[in-house]
Amino acid sequence: MSTANTHTHTSHLAHHFQNLEHQFAAAKLGIWLFLCTEILMFGGLFVGYVIYHGIYQEMFAEGAKHLDWHLGAINTVVLLLSSFTMATGVHFAQKNESSRSLLALGATVICGLIFMIIKYFEYTHKFHLGLEPGRFFHFQGAEHSNLALYFSFYFLMTGLHGVHVLVGLGLIIWVMFRTRCGDFDANYYTAVECVGLFWHLVDLIWIYLFPLLYLVG
Amino acid sequence: MNQSEHHIVPIKTYFKVFISLLLLTLLTVVVARPVSGFDAGIFNAFIAFAIATLKASLVLAFFMGLKYDKKQNLVIFLAGVFFVIIMFAFCILDIYSRIQVTGSL
Amino acid sequence: MTSTSTQADEINYLNHQKGIWSWLTTLDHKRIGILYMITVLTFFLIGGIFAMLLRVELFATGKNIMSAAQYNQVMTFHGAIMVFMVIIPGIPAFLGNFILPLHIGAKDVAFPKLNLLSWYCLVVGAVIAVSSLLYGGVDTGWTFYTPYSIHTNNGTTFVVIGAFVMGFSSILTGLNFIVTVHKLRAPGMTFWRMPLFVWALYSTAVIQILATPILAITLLLIAAERILGVGIFDPALGGDPILFQHFFWFYSHPAVYIMILPAMGIVTELITTFSRKVIFGYKAIALSSVGIAAVSFFVWGHHLFVSGQSELAGIIFSFITMLVGVPTAIKVFNWTATMYKGSIQFSSPMLFALGFLFLFTIGGVTGIILATIAVDVRFHDTYFVVAHFHYVMVGGTLMAIMGGIYYWLPKIFGRMYSEFWARITWVLIFIGFNVAFFPQFVLGAMGMPRRYYDYLPQYASLNRISSVGSWTIGLGFFIALGVIIYAITKGKKAPANPWGGKTLEWTIASPPPHENFLIEPIITAGPYEYR
Repeated sequence: MSTANTHTHTSHLAHHFQNLEHQFAAAKLGIWLFLCTEILMFGGLFVGYVIYHGIYQEMFAEGAKHLDWHLGAINTVVLLLSSFTMATGVHFAQKNESSRSLLALGATVICGLIFMIIKYFEYTHKFHLGLEPGRFFHFQGAEHSNLALYFSFYFLMTGLHGVHVLVGLGLIIWVMFRTRCGDFDANYYTAVECVGLFWHLVDLIWIYLFPLLYLVG
Repeated sequence: MNQSEHHIVPIKTYFKVFISLLLLTLLTVVVARPVSGFDAGIFNAFIAFAIATLKASLVLAFFMGLKYDKKQNLVIFLAGVFFVIIMFAFCILDIYSRIQVTGSL
Repeated sequence: MTSTSTQADEINYLNHQKGIWSWLTTLDHKRIGILYMITVLTFFLIGGIFAMLLRVELFATGKNIMSAAQYNQVMTFHGAIMVFMVIIPGIPAFLGNFILPLHIGAKDVAFPKLNLLSWYCLVVGAVIAVSSLLYGGVDTGWTFYTPYSIHTNNGTTFVVIGAFVMGFSSILTGLNFIVTVHKLRAPGMTFWRMPLFVWALYSTAVIQILATPILAITLLLIAAERILGVGIFDPALGGDPILFQHFFWFYSHPAVYIMILPAMGIVTELITTFSRKVIFGYKAIALSSVGIAAVSFFVWGHHLFVSGQSELAGIIFSFITMLVGVPTAIKVFNWTATMYKGSIQFSSPMLFALGFLFLFTIGGVTGIILATIAVDVRFHDTYFVVAHFHYVMVGGTLMAIMGGIYYWLPKIFGRMYSEFWARITWVLIFIGFNVAFFPQFVLGAMGMPRRYYDYLPQYASLNRISSVGSWTIGLGFFIALGVIIYAITKGKKAPANPWGGKTLEWTIASPPPHENFLIEPIITAGPYEYR
């Protein structure tokens, strides 16, 4: 930090940016590029899913019957709520109200945990029935051949999404910690904003996963 | 040095968006065949996909702030979606024209 | 640095901090560039030794030095190392990291921590990939085609995961460069005033962002196939192995342009500097970089012409593939036109640029031949293809890397190398390359299949010539390594601008100070203001 900067928040300003506004815009551009790569990575799975769904429509419909759409719907609502609380968390950070921001971020974490707990019960139930991915599939009474393929997609897509939820939760907790330490204010809240965007992306992907996996018929 | 030019979206807007998202979720569930028996034939998947896209647009525009952001970020996002579509289009072109000839994969 | 005694009064990025720890935790793009240089050159040495071993084995028919199983492993490691650890990070992450911020007048890249993280991703990924040797190695070829890659030995999982981690390195570098170009240009540095190397790196970064995630998911799916048997690419479980090839080449074809576009950028810099002339068709070259990047995403199916892809898809891909020739030819014509009536200096960087022009054109034109379906059915998986892509990758990219290293070495280390020995390396590499790979065009046309351990007696003489050529290249690169190391340790001090270059990096001291520009540059004109 050799550049002499007389402004108040020099500790957050890296030496190669002119000011915090400049740094914020760069970070925002960076996080959007990263989200773009996420879209493409999940996109690959979606492409595979839609192609096989088109080829094996009845088999996929049978697979979807084994999922409980109630749980999927509850999880959708939980994630939408978490997105709402995340947005309010950023809102309060922008307005310098860090204790309220902390509250909203905490609510987001709780929603994320509820999501993961429901997922856990869904997974263990499937495992119990033998509806496991790929070569571990040992469900008796499948009406269509290769039903395992549906569950391969189910576990890969929700699994990869679940990993993102867990990473997102870790990031939010990190942001909460920094908020508590008083790192952020109305002029500097880049991390809150970027973690928020990541969390919304996780929500965005679930918005597609829910009808694709639970409601196909 | 201040970020006053950052658009601060009122909580009220966020709340309205949230309620709309809930209603759209309800709609997706209601029009799904396994749930209600509603059947629009080949349009089932299309309807579900259209509702999901509407929900996604709401999240993108308000929660993720693309409505108030520089267009640059929207372009980046759409580029990602566009290239997924490209990949999908060519894969589907190959696989379906192959199935027509050979009868299976 | 032992050399600081001779320049004790000068503080630069090399000597302002000392000790190995200051290097491993550095956030300076110049130092990270050097970390990449060491990594890439090390892997290049390993991959090169593998190549030599392959050519020793192919020197005569029958078993010479290794078994068929070992041959498959050596071939796979040669391919995987050269692609994932040498050519892809080679120019963007090493020379690009060093030069890009200097070219646009920035103090650093936008996210220095991510920049360091991406280097660690490369190293960790490489370690994971190499650790596969403890689990039986990998013999799939660098393309990991299913279903074979699902059923072969366990090392494959490690290489796949390693390549996945290295993919993050590529993505983070690309992300960093795009943000840097958008946000950190010096005052007055408009897009149309950026050096063309920056345009090339920018186009490359776009490909890295848009293509690499698909590689990530493809590699994860192979790992899932191997661990869980998910069946997405396994015909026995209802999957489609050709879909794997679609996924893989959706990344790996654009990746070819990740390898060649920055090389084109370097050649542009070299040709304009050593011709003492304004680049001909600045905008055409800049936009053709973007054009190549765009078209690169629509052509991957030409790798699947004989894999069972439908005829319709094949015809469409064949047509679009030929379109790549248009922006590429625009570049070649512009380079040639730049040299026309220029006062050309045949310094070693320029020799490598001319070598590039010659070899890359052969590689590119044979690419058009291979894009024609009817011809490709004959040539597919023969040595014709091997010769084609080595003309592009070695004759193109590696020639450009060598030219770039010689061009910027005085800037990077503040030392001059021996021009005489540099020219010797050029002669050895250029001649050795043609001796090694031109016969392979003929071998391919005669029908010799690629990747095979052994061959029929009628291919013996040409294979022998090819092997001798490969050792000549090896000798050339070995001497080049000596030239570089000697220059860094004992070379005489370099002036700030030894070549009369016009871009911003030549306006500052060699080696550059820690923060690049002591006074922020203000740009008022284009990058190549000769005459």
